[in-house]
Amino acid sequence: MTFPLQRKTLLPLVSGVTLVATSISLVACGGGDQAGGKFDGEVKVGILHSRSGTMAISENTVAEAELMAIDEINAKGGITIDGKKLKIVPVEEDGASDWPTFAEKAKKLIDQDQVAVVFGGWTSASRKAMLPVFEAKDHFLFYPIQYEGQECSKNIFYSGAAPNQQAEPAVDWLLKNKGKDFFLVGSDYVYPRTANTIMKEQLKASGGKVVGEDYLPLGNTEVAPIIAKIKQALPKGGVIVNTLNGDSNVAFFKQMKAAGITPANGYSIMSFSIAEEEIAAIGPEYLEGTYAAWNFFQSLDTPASKEFTKNFKAKYGDKRVTNDPAEAAYMMVYLWAAAAEKANSVDDNKVRESLIGVSFEAPEGKVTVMPNHHVEKRVLIGEVQKDGMFKILQDKGFVKPVAWNQYVPETKGYTCDWTQKRPDAGKFKM
Amino acid sequence: MDLLYDTLFNGLAIGSVLVLAALGLAVVFGLMGVINMAHGELMMLGAYTTFVVQNLFKDGPLEALFPVYILIAIPVAFLVSGLAGLLLEKTVIRRLYGRPLETLLATWGVSLILQQFVRSVSSAFAIGLIVAVALGLLFPRFTPPSLWRQRWSPVLGVGSWVAAGLIGVVLASVLGGVRVLDQPWFSARNIDVTAPQWLRGSIDLGALNMPTARLFIIALTAIALGAVTWFLQKSVWGMRIRAVTQNRSMSDCLGIPTETVDALTFLVGSGLAGVAGVAVTLLGSVGPNLGGNYIVDCFMVVVLGGVGKLAGTVVAALGIGVLSYIVGSGSLLLVWPAMPPALNELVTFFATTSMAKVLVFALIVVFLQFRPAGLFPQKGRLVEA
Repeated sequence: MTFPLQRKTLLPLVSGVTLVATSISLVACGGGDQAGGKFDGEVKVGILHSRSGTMAISENTVAEAELMAIDEINAKGGITIDGKKLKIVPVEEDGASDWPTFAEKAKKLIDQDQVAVVFGGWTSASRKAMLPVFEAKDHFLFYPIQYEGQECSKNIFYSGAAPNQQAEPAVDWLLKNKGKDFFLVGSDYVYPRTANTIMKEQLKASGGKVVGEDYLPLGNTEVAPIIAKIKQALPKGGVIVNTLNGDSNVAFFKQMKAAGITPANGYSIMSFSIAEEEIAAIGPEYLEGTYAAWNFFQSLDTPASKEFTKNFKAKYGDKRVTNDPAEAAYMMVYLWAAAAEKANSVDDNKVRESLIGVSFEAPEGKVTVMPNHHVEKRVLIGEVQKDGMFKILQDKGFVKPVAWNQYVPETKGYTCDWTQKRPDAGKFKM
Repeated sequence: MDLLYDTLFNGLAIGSVLVLAALGLAVVFGLMGVINMAHGELMMLGAYTTFVVQNLFKDGPLEALFPVYILIAIPVAFLVSGLAGLLLEKTVIRRLYGRPLETLLATWGVSLILQQFVRSVSSAFAIGLIVAVALGLLFPRFTPPSLWRQRWSPVLGVGSWVAAGLIGVVLASVLGGVRVLDQPWFSARNIDVTAPQWLRGSIDLGALNMPTARLFIIALTAIALGAVTWFLQKSVWGMRIRAVTQNRSMSDCLGIPTETVDALTFLVGSGLAGVAGVAVTLLGSVGPNLGGNYIVDCFMVVVLGGVGKLAGTVVAALGIGVLSYIVGSGSLLLVWPAMPPALNELVTFFATTSMAKVLVFALIVVFLQFRPAGLFPQKGRLVEA
């Protein structure tokens, strides 16, 4: 089929579009800020999160926390390399909640923008999509989200929790305080499925029992069949572990409450993907009394934590809340800057070597980078309160990260250590 | 017996959401043959309307009426979505009647525009948009008519819209400098619609546990269904709609204003989407992507039921509801615990929500192989294309 667009109509159309485009770019670029005489140079870093699409809700906060860290570092004079003060200039790209786009934009940041490092990703799917790019180009990605573990790339630094810093201590706590019968609910993709595999092995090893398991497709809002199964499997209450992601959580909690599966009726519900931000979106009245395990809560009562929340609110608005992913994103920028200064270079190979052992006074406390490219993190378990904040029930202190899970038979006995000069440093038998 | 009631109730609950969501589409797609991909977004507008109404009643003088805000949200959402649908019909769909492929693409584009609109709308944005549209519409009225009869008049038309657009953009960005005006109304985040207390609990009837939100939706569906049936069967305009559906040119000859009928049909169909939007706030999340979660199911229901038949839509939706509940909850195992192991494996395999959906879709595909026109095919002469 052809579209006979006539020249008569085409010409004004094209010129109109050009006019609009020029004027928009004029408006947008009005008054770009020049780096004053304060700095001796610049270093570009990439920021690659979904600023549109389903994941934008969560990833915006993470990108904002990274930009805030960059602004703070620049305000203190940037990073000092070879006695020169360098300004950190973020290059932002939108992953658009689409995994191939993440890979494509990562390539663009590395090849075209020549960034020193990329901060980015949220879902495990986006990380898995970017991984081959960073490995092929031997570049460096900083990834801020708690994830399912079972990965230890030379080219990725993980500032979120490994399972032994979130899921495993949470399950231990539930076994000890709440009951032995577990029902697992998750979204149908890589993170919940892997996390639940690990959890099932852990429960088998520590005397718990999985009475049921179900997965919802991402975005699904019909929870009635799952509720029926929970009622059959746990008629008198029990433990429900929720690894749902995104919108499905709202449907899940609204319908669970209506069906009477609530903390008041003896059900202990533990979620791994619900932080302060999500509570505000779902509504605290549906979540009150449920539990979550994280490495940082806004309610964490330390000076560093309060300072972080205060600055975040001052920058982005009083109604905003901080949460664990934002904290991990914020701290990884500082860890990168510290590693670059220690290496006296922004070259990603040198930064990678100097990064191990670097510490930073993060909002959750003093964090240190371990040889397996993960961070020693504080493990907290909290209960949702009426105001949408968490009451901290247990503070396990700092726990060292384990990348290869020790409950799963396939990876039992394996470890990862990038300080070792061996070809299989990412995964070898202890 | 308990299990039977349980299955029936839950199947009815799932099905009634589908009926309500698909009802508007059954009117628009079934009666007018318009493939409206923006149907889900009209539902989303209804859900956002619920949010706005809820906020009006949350604090301030109207707080005492908060428990019934949802009843007020229903007609308001009907109006908002209906008017949005009317606007859509007048500007886009009217020009594309009889061209299903183009309609599909155009309405899909509209759905993206609506999603982005709720994400980025702020006071500054809204003012800029209204000013731009008003300027574009008013410009021809305030210029000498002779200007519009020249050879280069199309250039002037396009030029005036471009200029109006530019003024709108500039105005929006200038106003955007004011912090209050720049705050997005909803932003890309999901918003929190809280059901009133009486819709959050449940009623126990023997062993059967019925959430009140579900009962409310079932009742709302029944009322909406009754109203639409009455409207189409008994009212004057309903009869005109059916006449136009059956034979457009003959109706036109007999003096039925077909253009008004089209607009009205679209308004009713879109308004029903808005009502469905109010209902789904009781169940799930409200965000810009809400529509996408329902649109496929809606089309599935209408196609399976047979295009142009409301009864088909109802039977199809309830059938899908009961079937997906039975498969998804694995209740077959409870009825027949001594199932042979091979069958048992199979039932367990499909007894998760995602696999149940796969199975239900597969069954529908197989069914449509044998009955391509759906459960209740149109009898007699075919509707004109």
